[in-house]
Amino acid sequence: MIPLHWYLLVAAGLFVLGLYGVLARRNAVAILMSIELMLNAVNINLVAFWRYLAPEALNGQVFAVFVFAVAAAEAAVGLALIISIYRNRQTVIAEDVNMLKW
Amino acid sequence: MLFMNMSPQMLQLLVWLIPIPPIAAFFIILLFTRGNKLASDLVAVGAILLTWVIAVLVLIAALLMPHLGEEPIQASFLWLPLGEASGFRMGTLVDPLGAVMLFFVPLTASMIFIYSTGYMASGSYWTEVKGEAHGTESHGSDEHGEVAIDSAGRKVTRFDATRWKARFMAFIGLFAGAMLLLSVADNLLMLFIGWEIMGLCSYLLIGFWHNRIYPNQPKRITPVGASIKAFMTTRVGDVFMLLGIAWLYSFTGTLSFRDILYNPEVLNALNTPAFPNIPALYPMSVAEAIGVLLFIGTIGKSAQFPLHTWLPDAMEGPTPVSAMIHAATMVSAGVYLIIRMFPLMTVGWDGHHLTLPMQAMTVIGAFTALFAATIATAQRDIKKVLAYSTISQLGYMVAAVGIGAYVAAAFHLMTHAIFKALLFMGSGSVIHAVEHGEEHAHHHGHHFPVDFDAQDMFNMGGLWKKIPVTAWTFLIGGLALSGFPLVTAGFWSKDEILADAWAHQPIVFWVLAAAAFLTAFYTMRQIGLTFAGQPRTPAAEEATQRDWRMNLPLVVLAVFAIFAGYVGVHEEFPVLGHLLGGNFFHRFVGSTLLVEPEKLPFDWTPVLLSVGIALSGLLVGWLVYIVKPLKAGQSDPLARLLGPIYTLLENKYYFDELYDLIFVRPARWFAEKIVYLLLDRGVIDGFLHFVARTFEWLAFRNKDFDTYIVNGAGDGVAEGIGNLGDSFKYVQSGRVQQYLAVVALGVLMLAGVFAWALFLR
Repeated sequence: MIPLHWYLLVAAGLFVLGLYGVLARRNAVAILMSIELMLNAVNINLVAFWRYLAPEALNGQVFAVFVFAVAAAEAAVGLALIISIYRNRQTVIAEDVNMLKW
Repeated sequence: MLFMNMSPQMLQLLVWLIPIPPIAAFFIILLFTRGNKLASDLVAVGAILLTWVIAVLVLIAALLMPHLGEEPIQASFLWLPLGEASGFRMGTLVDPLGAVMLFFVPLTASMIFIYSTGYMASGSYWTEVKGEAHGTESHGSDEHGEVAIDSAGRKVTRFDATRWKARFMAFIGLFAGAMLLLSVADNLLMLFIGWEIMGLCSYLLIGFWHNRIYPNQPKRITPVGASIKAFMTTRVGDVFMLLGIAWLYSFTGTLSFRDILYNPEVLNALNTPAFPNIPALYPMSVAEAIGVLLFIGTIGKSAQFPLHTWLPDAMEGPTPVSAMIHAATMVSAGVYLIIRMFPLMTVGWDGHHLTLPMQAMTVIGAFTALFAATIATAQRDIKKVLAYSTISQLGYMVAAVGIGAYVAAAFHLMTHAIFKALLFMGSGSVIHAVEHGEEHAHHHGHHFPVDFDAQDMFNMGGLWKKIPVTAWTFLIGGLALSGFPLVTAGFWSKDEILADAWAHQPIVFWVLAAAAFLTAFYTMRQIGLTFAGQPRTPAAEEATQRDWRMNLPLVVLAVFAIFAGYVGVHEEFPVLGHLLGGNFFHRFVGSTLLVEPEKLPFDWTPVLLSVGIALSGLLVGWLVYIVKPLKAGQSDPLARLLGPIYTLLENKYYFDELYDLIFVRPARWFAEKIVYLLLDRGVIDGFLHFVARTFEWLAFRNKDFDTYIVNGAGDGVAEGIGNLGDSFKYVQSGRVQQYLAVVALGVLMLAGVFAWALFLR
């Protein structure tokens, strides 16, 4: 088998890419996509650890399924929020939604 | 009889009760009956009559006691304990000398009280109108309520002199009470208390008409000025007297008369040198020093030279006051003191060489007697003549004590009180009569200048027919004063003094004899100017006096002025000596002392000399003033005769001016410049202002501290926090990605910390 840390590195790389996307993208939908990327990176991490450290237990799989479900729900909610914002503000640029400020 | 069975306790109680009614009357009148003149009169007169009755009872009991001198009526209690063994006591003592006081003091006081109810019921005087001339002050007898302007530009109007009658009765009540307190006192402290209360009352009574002024007479002293003068002058004497009392107390440990004066051991102990460390003063014994100090109190109180200036000006008080204070009681108190302290004054006297206080008394007494008599001959005011006469007669008594004539001094004290009170009250009647005459004449249309003086004898004349009761009683009093032989009390008492002087100190005899001549002369002058001839002014023309309250006391005292002297007739005097049982007074009063004073054998020479002098004085006066009485506008023949000397006498040898120059003006200057301006305004006020300014400065600094530092701190903190908030608010930019970036950074840092903690340690 390939060593565990390769999977961890890939996951970390994906996570960092996703983090970069969250922080640097203007479009709110793109930010959501980056969040999905981060979540999936976390999933990879979870599954890798499961496969290499405790393959007979079910906890890793269950946890990954949880994350998928939550990610999906959260993406749905996030998109609903973006649609609502667009309807009010005519924009999807995150930077422009800065009403809760000083 | 009642008195035989009266127990000693009862007698002692009665003695305690003697001074109380008049003092109680003082309080009752001031507290309750002040608005009611009649009630006040009744309270006062009732009180003094009560006192008289009690005094008579005590007197009779005392007279019946065989050895009053050795066993007097006495009682005392510890009043102010000082430590365990000593303290000040209060007590009463009635020995023969005290009995004499109890005889004449309530008598004269009662007569004066009754007289006052009549005298103070009418009269008015000029007073200044302050502010608006509403006429609120002019309840006076003049129904016009006139307001005049005097030469100094002051608005003056008549003031009703009877307005404060109740207050007057209260004050004389207090006064009589104080004199009686002094008379029954058994120690110097209680005597001094009575003495000082009388001093206060003399101030209150002399200045009784305190708002009285004399328009057009700027130099004339007002009652206010006179009362202050009297009080200040007698105060000088009182200071020395108090020193004497203090010294006596510290030396002997007691002030009781019986313990000191009746006690040979104490008297001998007092015969030690007073100033052992000062060689020049070595011969002076403690007794002599204390005696001199006490005598100085008498000089003040009894108006002897040089403290005599207050008494003539004290005539500003209403005439009953003059009678009371300056005849019957207060000035007598001074003489009483030295008579009482005779054993102290004579410590070291061997019968020939006078001790120091005796020398002082002799010199001052004799000098004053003559000095005052000379001034009296040139006075215009009827009361001033009597004032100087009083000073002169007191000089007689002081000189008598000085030469050792103990009994004679007491005798003259008694008779003088009676006839001098009579004379003063008589002069008051005269003044009232002339004032009433002025009013009547005024209403008939005569116009008087603002300053008509009803007391000036040159405004009188011809009053014999107008006011006969007054005239006759005044004559009797005047003859008693002059020592008219045989039928007046003054003769017997004055004669005894002169006899003693003739036997022991001839110089004193001649000085007193000269004074006696002048006394007779000015008495006749006074009677002649006042009563003889024809009225010189319309006021005298219409003079009238009918009040029984004023005439009755005159008559009563005139009777005593004739008969009171018969208790002291020398037993070898032809006819009367045996008839009257010998010299009872001498035996009685003489028994007060440890050693009965010597009884001089009867000597015709001084008697005849004094009779001759008195009669010749009366004759000269009669020739000048009665044979050819003065007419209106005529000046005093004496003035023509004496020329500039007359002016000197009339101005009392300018002693008032002298004292003003050397005492009064420097005192005023000192009071204004040093005490007021420098000390009070400069130092004390300066200090206070300084303190105030300092605290004010501190207060302002406090305010600055509060405003800038305290407030500043508070405001600063708030502002700082605001600024901080202002700076930090930018964190909340509203941009989500920024928030997330911060979160990511935070997570990284946490991860780093965990990694370091878990793996790298």
